[in-house]
Amino acid sequence: MEKKCSGIEEYYDVVVVGAGHAGCEAALACARLGLETVVFTVSVNSIALMPCNPNVGGSSKGHLVREIDALGGEMGKNIDKTFIQSKMLNASKGPAVHSLRAQADKFDYSMEMRQTLEKEEHLTIKQAEVCDLIIEDNVVKGVKIFTGAIYYAKAVVLCTGTYLNARCLCGEAITYTGPNGLMAATHLTDSLKKAGVEMYRFKTGTPARMDGRTLDYSKMEPQYGDERIVPFSFSTDPDSIQKEQVLCYLTYTNEETHEIIRANLDRSPIYAGVIEGTGPRYCPSIEDKVVRFADKNRHQIFIEPEGIHTNEMYVGGMSSSLPEDVQLAMYRTVPGLENCKIVRNAYAIEYDCINPCQLDPTLEFKAVKNLFSGGQFNGSSGYEEAAAQGLIAGINAALSVLGRDLITIDRSEGYIGVLIDDLVTKENFEPYRMMTSRAEYRLLLRQDNADLRLRKKGYEIGLVSKEQYEDVLLKEKLIEEEIERLKTTYVGTSEKVNSVLRKLGTTELKSGVSLHELVARPELDYEKIAEIDDNRPELRYDIIEQVNINIKYDGYIKRQLKQVEGFAKLESKKIPKDINYDDIKGLRLEATQKLNKYRPVSIGQASRISGVSPADINVLLVYLQN
Amino acid sequence: MIKSETIAAIATGMTNSGIGIVRISGDDAFSIASLIFKTKSGKSLNEFESHRAYYGYIYDGEKLIDEVLMLVLKGPKSFTTEDTVEINCHGGLFVMNRILEVCIKNGCRHATKGEFTKRAFLGGRLDLSEAEAVIDIINSKNELSMMNSTSQLRGSLNEKIKNIRNILLEKTAFIEAALDDPEHYSLDGYLDRLKEDLYPIYNDINELENSFNSGKVVKEGINTCILGKPNVGKSSLMNILVGEERAIVTDIAGTTRDTLTENIVLDGISLNIADTAGIRETEDTVEKIGVTKAYEYADNSDFIIMVIDSSVSLNDEDYNILEYIKNKNAVVLLNKTDLDTVIDEDIISKYTDKKIIPISAKNETGINELSNYIKDSFLSGNINVNDSIIITNQRHKALLTEAKESINNVFDGIDLGVTEDLVTIDLVNAYECLGYIIGESISDDVINEVFSKFCMGK
Repeated sequence: MEKKCSGIEEYYDVVVVGAGHAGCEAALACARLGLETVVFTVSVNSIALMPCNPNVGGSSKGHLVREIDALGGEMGKNIDKTFIQSKMLNASKGPAVHSLRAQADKFDYSMEMRQTLEKEEHLTIKQAEVCDLIIEDNVVKGVKIFTGAIYYAKAVVLCTGTYLNARCLCGEAITYTGPNGLMAATHLTDSLKKAGVEMYRFKTGTPARMDGRTLDYSKMEPQYGDERIVPFSFSTDPDSIQKEQVLCYLTYTNEETHEIIRANLDRSPIYAGVIEGTGPRYCPSIEDKVVRFADKNRHQIFIEPEGIHTNEMYVGGMSSSLPEDVQLAMYRTVPGLENCKIVRNAYAIEYDCINPCQLDPTLEFKAVKNLFSGGQFNGSSGYEEAAAQGLIAGINAALSVLGRDLITIDRSEGYIGVLIDDLVTKENFEPYRMMTSRAEYRLLLRQDNADLRLRKKGYEIGLVSKEQYEDVLLKEKLIEEEIERLKTTYVGTSEKVNSVLRKLGTTELKSGVSLHELVARPELDYEKIAEIDDNRPELRYDIIEQVNINIKYDGYIKRQLKQVEGFAKLESKKIPKDINYDDIKGLRLEATQKLNKYRPVSIGQASRISGVSPADINVLLVYLQN
Repeated sequence: MIKSETIAAIATGMTNSGIGIVRISGDDAFSIASLIFKTKSGKSLNEFESHRAYYGYIYDGEKLIDEVLMLVLKGPKSFTTEDTVEINCHGGLFVMNRILEVCIKNGCRHATKGEFTKRAFLGGRLDLSEAEAVIDIINSKNELSMMNSTSQLRGSLNEKIKNIRNILLEKTAFIEAALDDPEHYSLDGYLDRLKEDLYPIYNDINELENSFNSGKVVKEGINTCILGKPNVGKSSLMNILVGEERAIVTDIAGTTRDTLTENIVLDGISLNIADTAGIRETEDTVEKIGVTKAYEYADNSDFIIMVIDSSVSLNDEDYNILEYIKNKNAVVLLNKTDLDTVIDEDIISKYTDKKIIPISAKNETGINELSNYIKDSFLSGNINVNDSIIITNQRHKALLTEAKESINNVFDGIDLGVTEDLVTIDLVNAYECLGYIIGESISDDVINEVFSKFCMGK
């Protein structure tokens, strides 16, 4: 890079690089904690941009948004203001896997977030490409931008998303741009490598956007939103967001589609070997689906609006990197898309990110003090995953500047904990996406109790107001009292009680039982027995929900709590920072190498590193005991 | 690294045997050896060559204890990876104890149970499951249970557990895929099918768990029972096997009215052998009780030795017993071959497919063949009913119990109508417990299975 000298030198508490979903959360957290913060973006028009799917939430991601909200983040509030359809997924399943998902108006979402940033005191937005990190004695001191201007800071948070050395592929047509044709950031990778940071190259993709006027919706199945809309944010009043919702549509690929794809595989950059990056398994391109699941004769395609200000429609389920002509041919085989016109082609994008094992669970670089990172830069994928990490990275950057203890969230406290622990502990060779099955204690980590789990932490950090925190304390108290009341309130074998029970299709009473026992019956619940509960207090819906869940899933919850005990035991066995693994006779070579690389903070974390066997953990335990 | 204490113990069993080994391991093993060992010519050695056997004597000061062959192994090329000395001495308990005493007098510490193995483990010699097997070997009393211990983790148990786990994984992955991507995969009716699919697994786990009890028997000795009609020579056989006149031997049929049990070690296999009252129709009350007891004992035996008198013709009593042993592990002995025989192997083989061995308890012929047969059939695993795998490790048993409970919870849950996401809590727990038995933790198995089997995503 040629030497430039703009002469500008500015001083901030925190520099945030990138204003996507991670960067926005990081910047807001720092500014809200009173720190002078500057956030850099290659384009102010791309603040909180949604360059792929037009929704927020979904299975397990909805959990993340709730947790972000409980900690004092912005994503939940922002989608509550800008959604155009909302649905609780898995509503017929258990409470642990209920997941909220909302279709966003992409333009509104981005603009709303931009305004929130603009209104925030202590926060400066700056359009510029950050080119260099200034690092002295393993401590980050600031950043240098393309013009040569220098921004000194006490902490730096990197949230570069998919912009580093980005390259977009649409068949043979390759452009060196970031998502949505935006400028790529081509200098920072070198600076990171110079600082000894290990880089990965990942790949992801997005489907085409169609001109909505050219689609025939009569050939598709309409998908409706929920009748009663549940907000993401704990501070949003549900009544305030009930509104007219847009429709999404379901259609399917067919053998003809697959035939076209198979015949043109040699022109796919992935199958032709042009792509170096590793793509995600959970979000395969349509060509991947056709090759890997050859026995499926159709795949579901969801047609979703990009917003209400545009007629562009997103073709969910058909991301691709095939050439433009093949794309058009294959899309036109799908019922309803026969005459489609493509506004934006599908493309695959490759970008640089880091091996996240270089981070502590606080998201601070192990080797560079005061340098934090979040989002796709850390090898994850998805808006929600990005926002969650951005929030934690931002919080810890701020806490570090303030000289306070950094925070971590463990696997038993939240999906955010699972996400970060997985990233920094497990070998990760593809963009990481959250899934409910990754959370081993998921019955405890429900989307409905994120406030009970994390509000306190948010309050202690300083992002949750006293009022909000006290509200949660009150909620806790009311839940406890109501459960206790049900335990100690008995109903007898009166004809009135038995006739109600008979009507509800459950066994009649031969002796008195507590209301608690009745709620616990599979065929009953709290609401159903209202008729025989004479002294029932008036309670808010979210409190009743908790009472019900806690009673009905008592056995399972207890089992999970027991599992958490075992987990906590290993988590609390800390490994000294200066431990020399080469000294420990008995560790297998692979384990020694992995432990040296990951440097886990606890025995628990060590046990989750792939390549560290239970035997190695025993050796470690014995060694630490001596 | 911390300097390790030098430990010593009798490495062979605490029984009188031909040769015994006292093992010393630790940083001072060689210097202690040079204090207690002298060559034939009476010289003490200060330098030892690794992996060499030295012939000489163990002395307690000036007092000669035993003539020995001493094996010297320099760490890390030894079992414990430490400097090790193995003193091969005469196998009497007294001699071995004396040598151990001398070692301790000269600076060794008495090794605690399993300590050599622990050191081998810490030295990186063994992985956890191997170490467990070795500790089982230490604790096991006979060769069979030793065989079980070592072959088990690599072989049959491992295989079986893996099969069960694969099924659990497959079931869990489908549910997880559907929960993660409810718009692509439906769980309608899945739990009912799941229940059906889990019954065989439940039975498998249950069987493994139950085998722990028989596993215990193996460790303590295999229950063996001698059956036969009166006066066919059961007690004589017992006496030969036991090696002393324990049972009362007379010519009067029905002398053994109760059941005598002895523990004998036959070529390294520990048998709890019972001589039962002769089985015949009897009016004698005391004897009647003995006969009932004989069958009772036989019912609970792992192995039956049936004795037939070859000098008299077969009668109903023999036929009854032959019928009884039909579905049991048994051998048929044709006794009294020293007398004029009226029946031979050909005749008996018409009534049984069991191995037939002619013997003479009186002349002690055929006894070697018998012990070889018992040994072979036990070690080849034929003796185990249904060829089942035997669990001999308490930890494994506990994990099987937990896995079984988890599957039970799955059944209960389904019956109560709980949702799929709760059912997977128990499925995963069962999967995890079984994984610990074969040293595998859950890690990302479910996720990987989901991705490999199901087409996920937007």
